[in-house]
Amino acid sequence: MIKAILIFSNQGKPWLSKFYQPYSEDTQQQIIGETFHLVSKRDENVCNFLEGGLLIGRSDNKLIYRHYATLYFVFYVDSSESELGIFDLIQVFVETLDKCFENVCELDLIFHVDKVHNILVEMVMGGMVLETNMNEIVTQIDTQNKLEKSEYLIPHFDNHDRE
Amino acid sequence: MNGFGNKKCEYLYLMSFHIQRMPAPIRLRELIRTIRTARTQAEEREMIQKECAAIRSSFREEDNTYRCRNVAKLLYMHMLGYPAHFGQLECLKLIASQKFTDKRIGYLGAMLLLDERQDVHLLMTNCIKNDLNHSTQFVQGLALCTLGCMGSSEMCRDLAGEVEKLLKTSNSYLRKKAALCAVHVIRKVPELMEMFLPATKNLLNEKNHGVLHTSVVLLTEMCERSPDMLAHFRKLVPQLVRILKNLIMSGYSPEHDVSGISDPFLQVRILRLLRILGRNDDDSSEAMNDILAQVATNTETSKNVGNAILYETVLTIMDIKSESGLRVLAINILGRFLLNNDKNIRYVALTSLLKTVQTDHNAVQRHRSTIVDCLKDLDVSIKRRAMELSFALVNGNNIRGMMKELLYFLDSCEPEFKADFCLNFLITTVIIANTCFHCYVFLGVTAGSYVRDDAVPNLIQLITNSVEMHAYTVQRLYKAILGDYSQQPLVQVAAWCIGEYGDLLVSGQCEEEEPIQVTEDEVLDILESVLISNMSTSVTRGYALTAIMKLSTRFTCTVNRIKKVVSIYGSSIDVELQQRAVEYNALFKKYDHMRSALLERMPVMEKVTTNGPTEIVQTNGETEPAPLETKPPPSGPQPTSQANDLLDLLGGNDITPVIPTAPTSKPASAGGELLDLLGDINLTGAPATAPTPAPVPQISQPSFLLDGLSSQPLFNDIASGIPSITAYSKNGLKIEFTFERSNTNPSVTVITIQASNSTELDMTDFVFQAAVPKTFQLQLLSPSSSIVPAFNTGTITQVIKVLNPQKQQLRMRIKLTYNHKGSAMQDLAEVNNFPPQSWQ
Repeated sequence: MIKAILIFSNQGKPWLSKFYQPYSEDTQQQIIGETFHLVSKRDENVCNFLEGGLLIGRSDNKLIYRHYATLYFVFYVDSSESELGIFDLIQVFVETLDKCFENVCELDLIFHVDKVHNILVEMVMGGMVLETNMNEIVTQIDTQNKLEKSEYLIPHFDNHDRE
Repeated sequence: MNGFGNKKCEYLYLMSFHIQRMPAPIRLRELIRTIRTARTQAEEREMIQKECAAIRSSFREEDNTYRCRNVAKLLYMHMLGYPAHFGQLECLKLIASQKFTDKRIGYLGAMLLLDERQDVHLLMTNCIKNDLNHSTQFVQGLALCTLGCMGSSEMCRDLAGEVEKLLKTSNSYLRKKAALCAVHVIRKVPELMEMFLPATKNLLNEKNHGVLHTSVVLLTEMCERSPDMLAHFRKLVPQLVRILKNLIMSGYSPEHDVSGISDPFLQVRILRLLRILGRNDDDSSEAMNDILAQVATNTETSKNVGNAILYETVLTIMDIKSESGLRVLAINILGRFLLNNDKNIRYVALTSLLKTVQTDHNAVQRHRSTIVDCLKDLDVSIKRRAMELSFALVNGNNIRGMMKELLYFLDSCEPEFKADFCLNFLITTVIIANTCFHCYVFLGVTAGSYVRDDAVPNLIQLITNSVEMHAYTVQRLYKAILGDYSQQPLVQVAAWCIGEYGDLLVSGQCEEEEPIQVTEDEVLDILESVLISNMSTSVTRGYALTAIMKLSTRFTCTVNRIKKVVSIYGSSIDVELQQRAVEYNALFKKYDHMRSALLERMPVMEKVTTNGPTEIVQTNGETEPAPLETKPPPSGPQPTSQANDLLDLLGGNDITPVIPTAPTSKPASAGGELLDLLGDINLTGAPATAPTPAPVPQISQPSFLLDGLSSQPLFNDIASGIPSITAYSKNGLKIEFTFERSNTNPSVTVITIQASNSTELDMTDFVFQAAVPKTFQLQLLSPSSSIVPAFNTGTITQVIKVLNPQKQQLRMRIKLTYNHKGSAMQDLAEVNNFPPQSWQ
């Protein structure tokens, strides 16, 4: 089971945080801080797996991370997930983001957090991997976005700007 | 109001006020942009507070149009760490809206802001129920997703039926979500698992990989939770094997391809499920042997995905009842992984080798040198794994070589490792290396302050007992603390040793190493510096002062200097030091004739049960210090909880309860596994006063004290001369003890108990337990049965062996538990009427 998914910048600012287990807000923030601390001091050529930090279960849970340019993608998993599998999953996630946003960069993630959440929701549900086929995910996202757009065209006070 | 002729003007007039007072809430994008311009945390906080206030007023307005936008902003602020609980109800309102846009953000908000600890979440139940039956599949999808993420047990119970319905739909988008939602429901409410069983019938027939994937997850969850389900689903093994085969053989399929391999995620999932199904089952394991071999040999390993599959295959092979050829193949694959350039691969290889080292020890030993090389890796995670694995591989043959490597590693490793290292090291050396004392000293020297405080007495004891090493030890320790007094345990041990063996140090007698030239004054300099140093604790200073005092009988030229030092500390502020100094002073002045006798060399200490080895035994799950635990002859194990009950019951300090049979499975900590591996070693530290014909215990032989006697006739003819006693007679249950004494070992008494039942109903689940005073040792063999038949038609026989080295009067407390006439019975009794011939 995946316990948490975090995306943050090289400076530790969170751009996405999704927890699949109930933690209080304070704990969530602490976990983000602790994760950044653990991950930022890693060299470039060491392995991508770490023991979990104090707050998130220590040796029962593992931290699997990938560093893309200015962003860290971190998945916290427990022992029921395959580390190498999750490692690949992160790659699939990033490639999906790339497809949805057309050459995704950090700013895309910053300004469209809700969209990133929507994509994530199609991939991971309740801490379990839902869909790994990139094209499938992209298709579904596109359809849902079209559905949203169609609601804009209903004449009303034009005030939803979700963009 | 005359100024307004018609309603429309009035309306517009009023609206203008409204608009002036309430500007449209800013968009999320704007908010993010604004926040990013903040230069300090305080500025950011201010902006956020302002926006929160605006959002709150907007919520109060009950404005449907902007709610969506406001909640989106709230979620963003929540992610940054600001409180957003006032938005929870708004999320619910959004969920209840008709628009997909609203629902989308509403459900997202629910997942981020709500969890089952808030009462508010229950209000969602109805909305979710309606949405599960919505006409738009995406709305249904959202509902399933939210339920599967944060649904509480009540919600799951209410909505399980809907989920089950959706599990049977033909819409693959919904089916896969329903499958995962079902997993969540089962996790929250395990009783509902049965409900999903019919729906699982056709799950594996799906073509859609997404559905297949989630179905396998669902099946895995069900199998893990219930052994019945596991048995039921075993019949799916052929189908799973077929699917896997298709994936491997199918060639290039663009939709599922990841780096040249067809849907690796699904392959990994299926392999995992096969592992669970094949565990402990010969038939299933048989059925999967071929496909596992095929995957293992055919998978392309140049990319990570291939390795992920291979890794999973290896784990599966090791876990099921595979044939030995396959196992060897698996371990060789792991060995190959260890040589891979990719760190991740090395990491997972080390992890899996750690798991398999218990069962396939020899195969893993072959890769020992590679593992030891990994100790030198730069990566912290790899080093840690390699360290644990190295300890697991240490055995009597390779210990010297391994220890050298490990100690080299210790020198260069990070501080956070050192504590773990020390614990592992202690365990290893205590078990295996009673003779390999070198290592212990090395440890004390190099790990210094990471050794636990209570290890100091252990180390001192060990040093004392290794008489031939004294010179070497004191030299090494002296060198270690030269100039560096920061590591207190190390300094304490060093001070003690210098005090004891200072004469050896000065005379340069060391054989193991190049002896160093040091004068008595230099030694005293060191000890005095320890006394003065700011880094020394009071305890350390005490050690140093005593050491200086002891040297007065060992050194020849510097006695005056010692006298001076001691008298100075007679006025020390530290009360402990003061007292010591005054007493030592008195020793110089008034009792000089006794001084040399008092300060003599310490004799070899009897190994009492100290914290070190005993605590290690405790990691095995025993709750009492049990240095006397031994491996019993192979017989049925009894649960240790009974022994613990006995402990609780007796509670007395002078009685050492016996555990009828030692548990053979140990907890999963690395230390525990290590002990398991070497569990055959008799951990007893007590001096073996019973003469054992067996030599020093080797690793492969259990050496219970009395076992050595088994080859010789145990019982002598005098046995029939010892009267038997009725130890217990109550409620129809009678227990008789008959005695036999050993020919060869007069300290051993063998008691045979016979339990008989004179009532008209059988006594079932009969368990006999016994406890003896600390000076005795007891071994309880397996009973002949657990049923005492009624009307004295039969008896239960059980043998107890008692070791009584001090020939003390035998006393015993017994506890009996059994079921009789439908109720559980339990009784305690003390047996004091042992005939003198049984113990004298």
